[in-house]
Order: sequence, then structure tokens, then C-alpha cells
Amino acid sequence: MEEASTSASGKTAAHGRQRAFPPARSGVFYRFTQQNLPAWKPAMTPGCVITIFLVIGVTFVPVGLVCLHASNHVAEIVHRYDIDCVPNAYKRNKQAYIKNSSISKNCTQEVKVKYHMRAPIYVYYELDNFYQNHRRYVKSRSDKQLRYGQKHTDSSCGPIERNDGLPVVPCGLIAWSLFNDTYGFTRGSTEVKVNRKNISWKSDQESKFGKDVYPFNFQNGSLIGGGRLDPDLPLSEQEDLIVWMRTAALPQFRKLYGVIEEDLHVDETIIMHIENNYNTYSFGGKKSLILTTSSWLGGKNDFLGYAYLGTGSLSLFLTILFALIHVKNPRPHNDSNYLSWNRLNSNS
Amino acid sequence: MKRFVYINDEYQNDYCDNRISNTKYTLLNFLPKNLWEQFRRFMNQYFLLIACLQLWSLITPVNPASTWGPLIFIFAVSATKEAWDDYNRYISDKQVNEMEIWIVKNGARKHIQAQDIRVGNIVWIRENEEVPCDLVLIGTSEPQGICHVETAALDGEIDLKTRVIPSSCVGLDHEQLHKIKGVIECPNPDKDIRRFDANIRLFPPFIDNDICPLTINNTLLQSCYLRNTEWACGVAVYTGNETKLGMSRGVPEPKLTAMDAMIDKLTGAIFLFQIAVVVVLGSAGNIWKDTEARKQWYVKYDDDEPWYQILVIPLRFELLCSIMIPISIKVSLDFVKSLYAKFIEWDEEMYDHETDTPAHAANTAISEDLGQVEYILTDKTGTLTENKMIFRRCCIGGVFYGNESGDALRDVELLNAVANNSPHVIKFLTVMTLCNTVVPIKSPSGAILYKAQSQDEDALVNAASNLHMVLVSKNGSNAEIHFNRRVVQYDILDILEFTSDRKRMSIVVSDCQSGKIFLLSKGADEAIIPCAYSEQRIKTFVDAVDKYAQLGLRTLCLGWRELESDEYLEWSRSFKEANSALIDREWKVAEVCQKLEHSLEILGVSAIEDRLQAGVPETIEILRQSGINFWMLTGDKQSTAIQIALLCNLISSEPKGQLLHINGRTEDEVARSLERVLLTTRITTSEPKDLAFVVDGWALEIILSHYNEAFTELAVLSKTAICCRVTPSQKAQLVKLLKSCDYRTLAIGDGGNDVRMIQQADIGVGISGREGLQAARAADYSIGKFRFLKRLILVHGRYSYNRTAFLSQYSFYKSLLICFIQILFSFLSGIAGTSLFNSVSLMAYNVFYTSIPVLTAVLDKDLSEKTVMQNPEILLYCQAGRLLNPSTFAGWFGRSLYHAIVVFVITIHAYANEKSEMEELSMVALSGSILLQAFVVTLEMNSFTFVQLLAIWGNFVAFYVINFLISIIPSAGMYTIMFRLCRQPTYWVTLLLISGVGMGPILALKYFRYTYKPSAINILQKAERSGGPMYTLVNLESQLRSDVENTNISISTTPVKNKNSVYEPLLTESPIISTRRSLVSSSFDIFQPAQSRTTSSYPRNIKAN
Repeated sequence: MEEASTSASGKTAAHGRQRAFPPARSGVFYRFTQQNLPAWKPAMTPGCVITIFLVIGVTFVPVGLVCLHASNHVAEIVHRYDIDCVPNAYKRNKQAYIKNSSISKNCTQEVKVKYHMRAPIYVYYELDNFYQNHRRYVKSRSDKQLRYGQKHTDSSCGPIERNDGLPVVPCGLIAWSLFNDTYGFTRGSTEVKVNRKNISWKSDQESKFGKDVYPFNFQNGSLIGGGRLDPDLPLSEQEDLIVWMRTAALPQFRKLYGVIEEDLHVDETIIMHIENNYNTYSFGGKKSLILTTSSWLGGKNDFLGYAYLGTGSLSLFLTILFALIHVKNPRPHNDSNYLSWNRLNSNS
Repeated sequence: MKRFVYINDEYQNDYCDNRISNTKYTLLNFLPKNLWEQFRRFMNQYFLLIACLQLWSLITPVNPASTWGPLIFIFAVSATKEAWDDYNRYISDKQVNEMEIWIVKNGARKHIQAQDIRVGNIVWIRENEEVPCDLVLIGTSEPQGICHVETAALDGEIDLKTRVIPSSCVGLDHEQLHKIKGVIECPNPDKDIRRFDANIRLFPPFIDNDICPLTINNTLLQSCYLRNTEWACGVAVYTGNETKLGMSRGVPEPKLTAMDAMIDKLTGAIFLFQIAVVVVLGSAGNIWKDTEARKQWYVKYDDDEPWYQILVIPLRFELLCSIMIPISIKVSLDFVKSLYAKFIEWDEEMYDHETDTPAHAANTAISEDLGQVEYILTDKTGTLTENKMIFRRCCIGGVFYGNESGDALRDVELLNAVANNSPHVIKFLTVMTLCNTVVPIKSPSGAILYKAQSQDEDALVNAASNLHMVLVSKNGSNAEIHFNRRVVQYDILDILEFTSDRKRMSIVVSDCQSGKIFLLSKGADEAIIPCAYSEQRIKTFVDAVDKYAQLGLRTLCLGWRELESDEYLEWSRSFKEANSALIDREWKVAEVCQKLEHSLEILGVSAIEDRLQAGVPETIEILRQSGINFWMLTGDKQSTAIQIALLCNLISSEPKGQLLHINGRTEDEVARSLERVLLTTRITTSEPKDLAFVVDGWALEIILSHYNEAFTELAVLSKTAICCRVTPSQKAQLVKLLKSCDYRTLAIGDGGNDVRMIQQADIGVGISGREGLQAARAADYSIGKFRFLKRLILVHGRYSYNRTAFLSQYSFYKSLLICFIQILFSFLSGIAGTSLFNSVSLMAYNVFYTSIPVLTAVLDKDLSEKTVMQNPEILLYCQAGRLLNPSTFAGWFGRSLYHAIVVFVITIHAYANEKSEMEELSMVALSGSILLQAFVVTLEMNSFTFVQLLAIWGNFVAFYVINFLISIIPSAGMYTIMFRLCRQPTYWVTLLLISGVGMGPILALKYFRYTYKPSAINILQKAERSGGPMYTLVNLESQLRSDVENTNISISTTPVKNKNSVYEPLLTESPIISTRRSLVSSSFDIFQPAQSRTTSSYPRNIKAN
């Protein structure tokens, strides 16, 4: 940008008696009191604005291409199973199916691997139309209790705070509605091992969930929400719970279920053994199972790439447009003629 | 109604003691009283309501601390400031209260503290001591029974005033003063420091039982200093907070700037918008809850809920949206406003080296109004002129002196006449010397100094002494004059004081040698000439007055009469009677004076010059160019006023300008005259003529009471007015009239007669000049010289307006930005009122992240001071409120909506699926907002000092530092989040995208406007920054383009007056003329052909579009 530094106007500060304030007649503070600090006054010349847009365009387009490239190299299998897993007899009344505990919830689905997937392959479950960010839901937890045990149960957990007069550990709606579908994978006849360890944040395990806090009085009420917990494992090792309790900000979200540590090959058929326990039918939620690899940008997400490309090309377009306008209709930069009062005067 | 003070008898009254208390609070009531005061503001009530609602955990979206924290902080800041001020007041009170004072108790002198003085005590004061309470003087060290006091603390006048003891107390010695008994009858405490209508009666054995009148001249008022007198003693009549000083203390009405009013209006609009959002989202939320959320078993809504559940969601949204109204705006504005005031006080260029006074801003809250002034009402004497009176000419007995040389004191004829003892001249000089209230003080070196209350009297006495008639001493009733080495003694019998109604003063003296009694009078021509004896030919004097007035000189007529002793004795009795009246004394005294002041022999006319202050014409020129209308209100006579107006560029003579007179003695005449003037004005508005009207006090009185409407129309149409012979209350009335038409008025004056106008105006500016500090004290700003006014308005006022405009709108922008994100998020969270941001972030966003960078806007300068001075028309942008109004505000509103959408949409898409973790996503959105606001501040500022750069980008760094710090606290919700984010490439890629998409269109739009639809400010910026010459004046004509589309600026130019339009009678020796000439001929030539205004566009009209 063009620079026009104002120098201190040579003020004749020598005369006059010394006043109590300002103390010194030079120095930064004095110039501050006279509103006369050296200042950088950028001017919005066509040259520099056009350059800015050119720079934006020239950087954004390649960044967009890189992002798209990264996203395209992620291999992803998305399989929605919540409808397919309902037996035909219950297709019209899915809620009856899910609420009836005598019906076996086991379900087997097949997917075909389209691209070669290099380990590690992440297994996510995706819920859609599930509001983990609902005001009532997101607040219903007690971080203190999770860390320090049942003595620290507080009222923030309502409505799942106590049961039969005893505190519930872990309390609150979030824990109560723990997701409890389970997945297993086989290819051909061999089982594909899913590593279910270290799927949660280390920091959560270490400092958010207590090592000596055990589930207590959990899912013992008249209304049972989601999954149960192993009462003999401390909360810090209940990784499914820890993952679940990191609430999602959007109604469509994925949570890590495990990691497959072997490659999946093109055209292989993977058989998914799903235990379809979790009730999303009452509110029309969708459940999907996702197998995906990862890039430096994370999972498959074309948004950033396209957004960068769009912004970059728009800015290149503006560069050309402004340049053309400037060439066709140049404005002298210091023309006080445009001042209406000057113009008025000169016209008459 | 009355109070009876028994001298030396303190047990007989229950008046308050002399403890002075200026404090507002006590230790006990500080908290409740201060809170009560603070909660009288609507904004504070609103914030308190929000904070209270947040205590209900069911509805609060965030921790209540996020509102309580800032709220308590803001309250603590104001409370601390109040407490500090009050503590300082307490300390200074304490000092005064514990001052050691001598009083008489039980016949003996005793030392007590000032606070223990009771009404009726006799108080002794020594030289240079401060008077502790209001006293009635009963004894002094001077044998004549006088003493001198300095009343600067009371009325700001620095001359010494003479106080005399009442006649019945004259001659009492120490012993008697210790035992004196008596009663003083005085009115109840009031705040009039010019009146004290009381009387005193001493009990036997002291003299007699006569009632003796008391006036203000018999008092020593609190806070005065005793000077030139060894000691004085007096009876305490008013004590503590009931003294004249204590009573006149008052809290002035706080003034609200136009800008504050606009901000309040916008706040109101935002509040309504907020209510609308709450209602819409609240009902949507309730509907969604009943249709969708009940199916969501994991939310576990109860089927039967208490009735108030229907309010929960709307109230949650209310709390969520409460940040729309930025809690920090009040604190930020207070801060920058006090800085503006400091800048004014610090300004070297407004520092008057002559008198060593810096500019002072007594009211720190109204700097922005300076930039929006539309009318300036100015006093003449002492404001436009120097108030340095010099005796220039005189006309004695029909002979004009000083006409050739312009200085009568050097006129050989006059000197000869003095040497020849010409009787007329001697009489004239005697009146000049005696008819005044001047106090001569002999300095140790033998020279005589005159202490005068009136500059005119000072000039007359000094002139007389130059003509060998020297007032040597004045001791009470005795005056000694040396004339041509002869000593003449006079007894001063009575003083018929000057009042603004009487417009004359007289003095009765007797010649000690001959015993003859004379009445000497001086005063305004219309007050003296009608009193001439019937045979005298007054025509020469009337001519002289006219002639002198045309030269811009101040005239006084001098007259005298010899009195018969019978006549005098008879009159003297009635005068005494009137003087001791308790009711309507002033009026009664005037009545009695009237009886004596007749059949005068008019001796002559004196003419005193009051020079224009340096820089006055240029200042008026520039300010008028900037679209400010000038009214001159003066107590002087019409011809003098017009002359001064011509001299200082206020009006121009034919044919450039036209002066319309409104005059008349009767209602009908005035009405006709007004109608004629109004008609002419209506017709002439389209012509390039400089129209002004002149009205005098008499006609104004009739107009203001009967033809207010027509006059208002005239006031709106005409840019210049001269009102002469106006009283202080009429000045205030005129200000009120302009204010009622919604104009921003600035009143500037220097004397006590301007105080009411200064207090009435939106902005009062006082000149700390020779007439004392009264005006400066009452004013919002005080400056040393009139010429500083242009800097005060064009530089300080304009910058303040621009900066506040940016700062306030920006405050709303950043609050709305975060609020819109919350609203957008609510659509993805089941319209249940979940907050995306955590409490800490929300609080810190308003208090730290966004408020500190913008505070540095106080250093922003859109144009350099020089450019503004060269193009004063640019002030119109401030005057018409172009930078802060609903449409600019809509721009900021739109920008915050756009930015909220950009931040939100990009964040939720970039952080979708497996990344959609609440804490992370919220921090991404917050970082995006912070980044955008830093760019917005950068883009909107015009000049960057290192302070701004440091604040803007240092703040951005501080954001990360703070969040890193929070991220290492394990119990915080944000634990590890910031580290996690900073390691993700996605985070940085997202932020870059947000800033590109957020700022690109704004930069493009701004650039397009700046280059192809530039405002006048932009054009000047370009001219200034290109570094070239500001004006290419010479080839302006050739560069003229007709195709410029620039219709959005229609500035009414004030046609510049012709340089020939100014008479140059007596100011030839003043440097002003020559500088003004060169100014006009050089840089203003460009404006010369400007005389055709195409439209009659007044600022008023522009305001509308």
C-alpha cells in the first residue's frame, strides 16, 4: 500500500512558559497529547486494491485444489442401516420393533469396497436429526461427578439426577441416552478386527473422567434410555461413554466407534454385523455406519475445496473487472475538482 | 422570610453551624445511593434485568457470570470514580472546616475551628485570610471603615472591591467591638451575590437605636480574601451551606449530545428488533418443542408441565439476544469522551500564551456536539473584541478632539485646552475622574494603579490622568485629585450605582473647599441625553455619538449638575429610605435616582476603542464557510454592533450583502417591519446575496412576545443576525428559540451577562478574558481567545464526532455479529436456545477481544488538520450527521448479518461430521469472528499509529494467549481445545477462508465507492495521500469535468464576502487587516465566482436527505 507518513508538523514549542502538563515537549507522550503521533495512512489506490484481489485469487485457487485433492483421496463407505435392519413385518411400526426387547436386534448388512482402503480405517456411526445440542440435553450433565464421583452430583443433571433417592452415576440425559448399537465386521469368513481402544480423547480420559468413579444406579429407573455400562469399569475406561459425552454441535454428526487396522481391498465384500438397539425411529432419525480413511484435512469433505475455488475465481474475476474499469475510466488521484463546492464555484 | 441575627448572642438561634459539606455521599449511604443513581439509567436497568433473569438456571444459556461480571465491573468503575471525587471533596471540605479562626466569645477573643462558627458570632480576619462564612462588616483596621476584598472565587472578578462598614458602626474600637450587641434583620439565605437587603440596629449603649441599612457593600462573603487591610471583623449572618456561595452551588443539568440522542434512538431500535426476534424465535421454539422435541425421547420433556414453561424458551432467547445491546458501549464512550476532553486541554495550539491559559473542558461529555454546531451565538465585547479599552476620542462642549490623529490624548488642541483651564474641559475631566467606582492603589514605588470593575471606567480614569487630572486616593467618602499640581479634595456623598436597566451611574460629591454639591453622571447616550436641561442644544452630542458609533467606538455621555443643598438633603433622605428597604430595593432606588438625575448639563461624549481580537475575521470566515450560521448578540448600540460585524466579516456591505432592519417603537411598527424583512428574505434566498437582519432589544421584546412564529421563520431563513441592546435574558431566549427549531447551538461569551445564554445553549463556550471568569466557569468549554474556536470546532469537534460515530456503530456491529451467530445456531439446535459459545468466551468477547482495539479509534484521523482547515465545508458531514444515522447504521447491521452468515456457514461445513464437536466448533466460530472484527477495524480506520496497530493485532495475539491459558485448566470446558485446534490444518484453512469471504466483498464495495462514488471526505483523502499539492488551484478551470456524478453531496456554500466590503476605519494599526487581506486574495480567490448558489439549500434541508 502506498504510504504517506505524517511527520510532526514543526511546531514552535519553544516559546511559552513551561506548563505542568504535558511535561515534556518531545517524546511519544507529548505527541500523543497533541494527537500528532506518526501515523501510517494507507491509501486505497486502484493499484493496491487490484493487487490484493489478485493475491487472494492466486492463493485461494491452489489452496482449493489442494483441499479437493486431499478430500478426493479419502475413501469412504457410508451405509445407512436403520431402515434395512427393521424386519419387514415391522416396517410400518418401527417403534414397536425397537421397543420390544424380545425381538432379536441383530442385523447383517453387506457393503462392497469400491476403493482400496489403507489402514487405519476409522469406523464411525452417524446419527442424523439427533439434537445432541438441544439446550435441555447439552446442559444435563455433571462434569464434577464424572471426575470426582457421586458425592458431587448436582442439580444440573436433571431430569436424570437421582433414582429411588440415590444418585445416578453418570447422571444426566447425555449419559442416560448412551448410544448402544454395536458393530462387527467379517470379510469372507475371517473377522475384521476393530480396535475399540483409544477412540476417545486422551485428555478426557485423564482429566475429565475419574479413574475411581464407577457407574452406579445407572439405567435402573422405570424408563431406560440408551446403553448400559459395565459397573466394574471406571468411567475413565468407558470409552464409548467418553466419546458420546463429547456432544456434537450439529444435528448430524459422526462419532468414532473403532479403528480397523488392516487394509480393505477393492471389490471385497464386507459383512457388517449390527446390533440395532438404539431407538431413532420415534423421531425419524437416521443411523449410518461409516468406514473411512483419513487425510491431513480429516475425513471426506469437499466443502473447503469448492469454497476456496469459488472465492479464488471470484476474486480473480474482480481483479480483471477492476483493472478494466480502471483502464477505461481512470480517476486522477488528487483531483479536488470533484468536491461539490469547488465544482459549483467553477461552473458559474 | 426574614432572619434576625443577634450579634454576639449565639444561644438564641438554631441556624446550622459553619460546617461545609459538598459531599454527595456518606460512608453509610454510599452504596445504596450510588446504585440508585446508576439504576436511573434505562440501559443499566435493562442490564440488571438481564442479569437477574440469568440467575434462573432453567433459562440461562450461559453462566450468569458472563453478564454479572461486566455489569459489576462497569458499576464498580463508575462507583469508584464517584467515590474518589467525593473523597476529594471531603478532604477539601475538611481543610476548610478545620481552618483556625478568631472569634469573640464572652467578650474575649478565642481560636476556634471554622466549622464551629455560629450565626451571630463576631469573626476576626487578618490580611490575606479567607472569609469563612458570610459576614456583615462591623469593623476594620482602616480609620475610614473600609476594607478591600478579592472576590475571584465567588464571581471570578480579579479586581479588588471596596467594602465599607455600616454607618452606625463607624468608629468603634477593639473593646467596643468585643462587647457590641445588636440585631441584624436580613432575608433568608439566597444565592444572589449582588444583593443583600438588610438592616442593622445596635442596642444601647452603642450609639443610638437607629436602623441602618445594609447592602452587599457591607458584607464579606464566604471564600473572598481580605486584601490591603490589616484586619476586619464582622458578624456571621449565613453559615455553612447556607452562605451565598453555598446556595449558588448547584448541579447543572447534564447535557445530552445529538449523537447520544441518536445512539439512544438506535439502541431503542435494536431493542425493538430484539423483542421481535425473541417473540418469533420463542414461539417457533415452543411450536418445535411441541411437534418435534416431544418425540425425541432423549430430551425427556415431561408431558404435563407448569404453565410457565411456555415462557422458558422466549426468555432463553431474550437472554441469548441480550448481547445485541453492547454492555461495553457506555464504558467505551465515557472513556473516549474523557480522552477527547483531555486532547482539548492538552492542545498546545489552543494554549493562550498571552495569559497562560490552556483550553479547558469542564464538560467532558459533549465533544461530539462541537462537530455538529449549526448556529453560533456570540457576544461582542470581550469575545470578538479584546475588551482592552482605550480612550480614543472625545467631544467636549461641541469641540471634537482626536479626529485627526485618532488619539485624543495626543491632540494638541485638547492638551492646550487643559493647560488653559478651559472650564468645559475641566468639568469633563472631573466627571471622568470621579464618576466611577475605581480604587486607586499606591504601589511601593509611588506609581498609582487603578483597580476597576469596568474596563470603560479604567480607560476613562487612565485617560484623565494622562491629561493631568490624577485620581490619587479614594478613602471611603474622600477623594483626592491632583490637577496641574493643585490638590483638590472632594467628599463623595452618594453613589447612584450603575445597573443594566438604568444604563447610567451618577455620583454626588461636594467640593471640600467651596462646599458646593455636584451631581456627576455618565452613561449611555439614550440614558443621559434625555436628562439634559431643556435649553441645551444636544444636536452636536447626538451627532458625535453617531459618528463615533460608526467608527465602531463605544460612547459614553458625561453630564453634571450643581445641586442646591436643600434639594440634596431632601433627596438624600428618600435615598436612604429606599436603600434600607427590604422589598424591591433595587426598583425603589432606581426610582429615587431618577428624581435627581435631570436637567443635566451635557459636557461631552467620550469614545473608547475596543480592538478586535487577533484572528477574529478569519475565524468567522472559516466557520461560516463550514456552514455555521452566526448571530451576534450584544448589549451595545446598533451602529457600533453593525460596524464591528462588518469588521469581522459577519456581514458584508452592499452590493454583496444586504442588511435588513427590524425596528419600531410600537407593536404595529415592529410587526410591519418584521413582515417586510421576512418578505425580502423569502425572495432573496435564491439570490447570491448575503442577507442579515438587525434587531434591537426593544423590538425583540415585542417580537418574542407577540410574533414568535414569524420570527422563527426569519431565524431559519437568515444565516446572520445582529441583535443589539439585548439583555442577558433575551440572549438566553434567542438561544432557546433556535434550540426549539432543533438546531445545535453554541453560545460563546466572556462576561457575566453571557452566563445565561451559555447555560442555555447546547454548548457553552466561555472566553477566559478580562471580564472575569464568570462565563468561563458556567461554560462547557473555556478558551483563551476567540480564534481558538475554529480549532475547537473543526479539529476537536469534527474528530470527536467521526470517532464516536465509528466507535458506537462498531460496538453494535460486533455485538450483533456474535448474536446473529447464536441465532443461526439456534436453528440447528432445535430452537431451544442453546448458546454456541461458552460463558468465558462471551464475556471476554465483549469486554476484551472487541472493545480494546476499537478504543484506539480515538487516534484515528480521517483527514489531517491542515486539510480540514483548508476545506472547512467538510464539517457538513458532521453537522448533518452523515456518519451516524439510521442508514449508516443499517450498513453496519447488514455487515454484521453478512459476517455472521459467513462465519457460521463456513464453520459448520468445514467442521461437519466427525469434527462437529461443540467446544471445537464454537472456538472456530469465535476465532473467525475475532479475525473479521480485526480486519473491519483495520479497514475502517484511516490512519494507523503504532498504538492502533498494536491494539488491533496485539489483541488478536492476546486472544490466542488467553485461550491457550484457559485451555490448560483441566476443569475448564475448553481444556486442550485451543491446542487441539491449532494443530489442525483445517482450522487455519477455515480461518483463511472466513477472512477471504468475509472481507473480500466489503473491500470491493468500499473500493468501488471510494473510487467511483467518492464522498467529499474520500476526495480530500485521496488528494492528501497522493502527496501532491492539495489544490491545483491554477488549472482548476481546465480540469473541470462536467460528467462527474456526485449528486449525493449538495453542500450549500456560504458565499465568501468581498474583500472590499470591509470598512477599514480605525483598525489600520492592527495586524489583522493585512493578514486577512492576503488570505482573501490568495487562497480564497478560488471561491470568488461562487456567488451563484443554484439552490437555496440550507443545512436544514440537507439534513432531511
